[in-house]
Amino acid sequence: MGTVPSALKHCLSYQHLLKEQLWIAEPPAAAHPAQEPQASGLPEYIKIVEVGPRDGLQNEKVIVPTDTKIELINQLSKTGLPAIEVTSFVSSKWVPQMADHKEVMRGIERHPGVQYPVLTPNLQGFHSAIAAGATEVSVFGAASESFSKMNINCSIEESIERFEEVTKSARNMNIPVRGYVSCALGCPYEGNVVPDKVAEVSKRLYSMGCYEISLGDTIGVGTPGSMKKMLEAVMKEIPLSALAVHCHDTYGQALANILTAIQMGVAVVDSSVAGLGGCPYAKGATGNVATEDVIYMLNGLGINTGVNLCAVMEAGNFICTALNKKTNSKVAQASFSTGTTN
Amino acid sequence: ASGAYPKRVKVVEVGPRDGLQNEKNVVPTPVKINLINMLSETGLQVIEATSFVSPKWVPQMADHTEVMQGIQKFPGISYPVLTPNLKGFQAAVAAGAKEVSIFGAASELFTQKNINCSIEESLERFEEVMKAAREANIPVRGYVSCVLGCPYEGKISAAKVAEVSKKMYSMGCYEISLGDTIGVGTPGSMREMLAVVMKEVPVGALAVHCHDTYGQALANILVALQMGVSVVDASVAGLGGCPYAQGASGNVATEDLVYMLNGLGIHTGVDLQKLMDTGTFICNALNRKTNSKVSQASCRL
Repeated sequence: MGTVPSALKHCLSYQHLLKEQLWIAEPPAAAHPAQEPQASGLPEYIKIVEVGPRDGLQNEKVIVPTDTKIELINQLSKTGLPAIEVTSFVSSKWVPQMADHKEVMRGIERHPGVQYPVLTPNLQGFHSAIAAGATEVSVFGAASESFSKMNINCSIEESIERFEEVTKSARNMNIPVRGYVSCALGCPYEGNVVPDKVAEVSKRLYSMGCYEISLGDTIGVGTPGSMKKMLEAVMKEIPLSALAVHCHDTYGQALANILTAIQMGVAVVDSSVAGLGGCPYAKGATGNVATEDVIYMLNGLGINTGVNLCAVMEAGNFICTALNKKTNSKVAQASFSTGTTN
Repeated sequence: ASGAYPKRVKVVEVGPRDGLQNEKNVVPTPVKINLINMLSETGLQVIEATSFVSPKWVPQMADHTEVMQGIQKFPGISYPVLTPNLKGFQAAVAAGAKEVSIFGAASELFTQKNINCSIEESLERFEEVMKAAREANIPVRGYVSCVLGCPYEGKISAAKVAEVSKKMYSMGCYEISLGDTIGVGTPGSMREMLAVVMKEVPVGALAVHCHDTYGQALANILVALQMGVSVVDASVAGLGGCPYAQGASGNVATEDLVYMLNGLGIHTGVDLQKLMDTGTFICNALNRKTNSKVSQASCRL
């Protein structure tokens, strides 16, 4: 992408853009009564957790230099995103893309009001993260035994024990911990995953002190039908306000699944700028849902996110150029084309 | 909100017409015929076969007569064709068509640019078609374009969509397909538009035709289903780009739609595997990759 796309040129003068770029303008401050989210039972505000720098970059073929990662995160910090997952304190033997975790953590700007969580698979990673300046961490469980064994080489129960060490230390240091549950709607090895199993693992993570549980459709096979059933089971064990959904778009179902979740009251959604991060289990298929496409939908529903869509598209353009790839965001694709006649 | 879903949804396959019409590459007549024949074996009940417009305007549909006469017509399957005027209608019937479609729009500017007349004038033209169709006992489906936004006018009022839909329904169209022509709609605007249209046209006579240009199609369709709509248009392999946004996608992919409906336990009668095979066939013929994510994913559950 050599020349700056015309839509992006507009973006650069943000003030002008809002009036000109009809389809990606910010939502009106006072929503039309028929569209007020409360009237339709939807949350008024949804927290977007940006996972591009970690989940996204970790699953990209091309590895970007540390400076690029830092620049990406700094750009994302200016978009209004309230939480940006920065990196992962795992051994570089397992995840080479995250080998520079310390440098990234130390190198980024820390904007007030923005959280910068990092992944910590065990106590060692946790200590390393804290030493590098982390103020929030995440632990990753799974609702499938096979996935747990293949991914982190231990059973769900053993992984829970590991995480308990982390949450115990975190509690002592006043560090919030977010819990992820993978394979919430299906597993690449086991196939179907029982909703009660997802509820059980979620409850373990919540009870040990995770302030939020992000339910991940790791291979994107979920549909509004399975999303609803899974959430009904989990909501019996975890308060709604502590739930998030992390949907993959591998089968094109992500936005429909997210819509289903927010209709049930979920108010935290994970997404990845430019839809970074393919699916490691389906070669050539897409992975994370694109932040731009989620925000476009939420704007259209009159739901407040605090995020500037245009600024996210700029960050998306930056990282796609660095990765030498096309964006996975349809909103970005549509906006960078010759677009509407004016 | 998220109430009950319809138990059955009729999927209207528009790939051979809307899809191919908006593809860069033109495929030969035998390929089109084979595509439609393959689609006929998937369980789809309605397959939009071609368009009886002048090849000057739409060269991709120049072989409309040959296609209509060449396809196998399975019992129980409908093969509607587009007819922009009486001349096209007569040619369609002569070629064996048993159902036709007419295209209106909820935007004056779009109508001007597209068919060089006002909405009112376009409806007068269609009245001729409706009359002839009535006499020949041929059902007519009505399309309304730009229901959630227009590439020229921008925002479109739901009241205007309702007005045009009502006129076409009153003229005798048995079904009105509401098209988000540039894919800018969201579940918010879809809900608002349908609420207004449903005051004028019974929900049983409504269909949605969503474009995935901004990735919103399945979410928009989900909302439509929640509001009682049970007819959804889609295009195999997501054929058909957006003529107003270069390089952007257009029609929602039938495979992705069926995958979602299957997951909701909604009956469509469509065999997803056969559908994917058909998508693979036409994408090879067009020398392009599929736009269907379900097709792209190789994960097996």
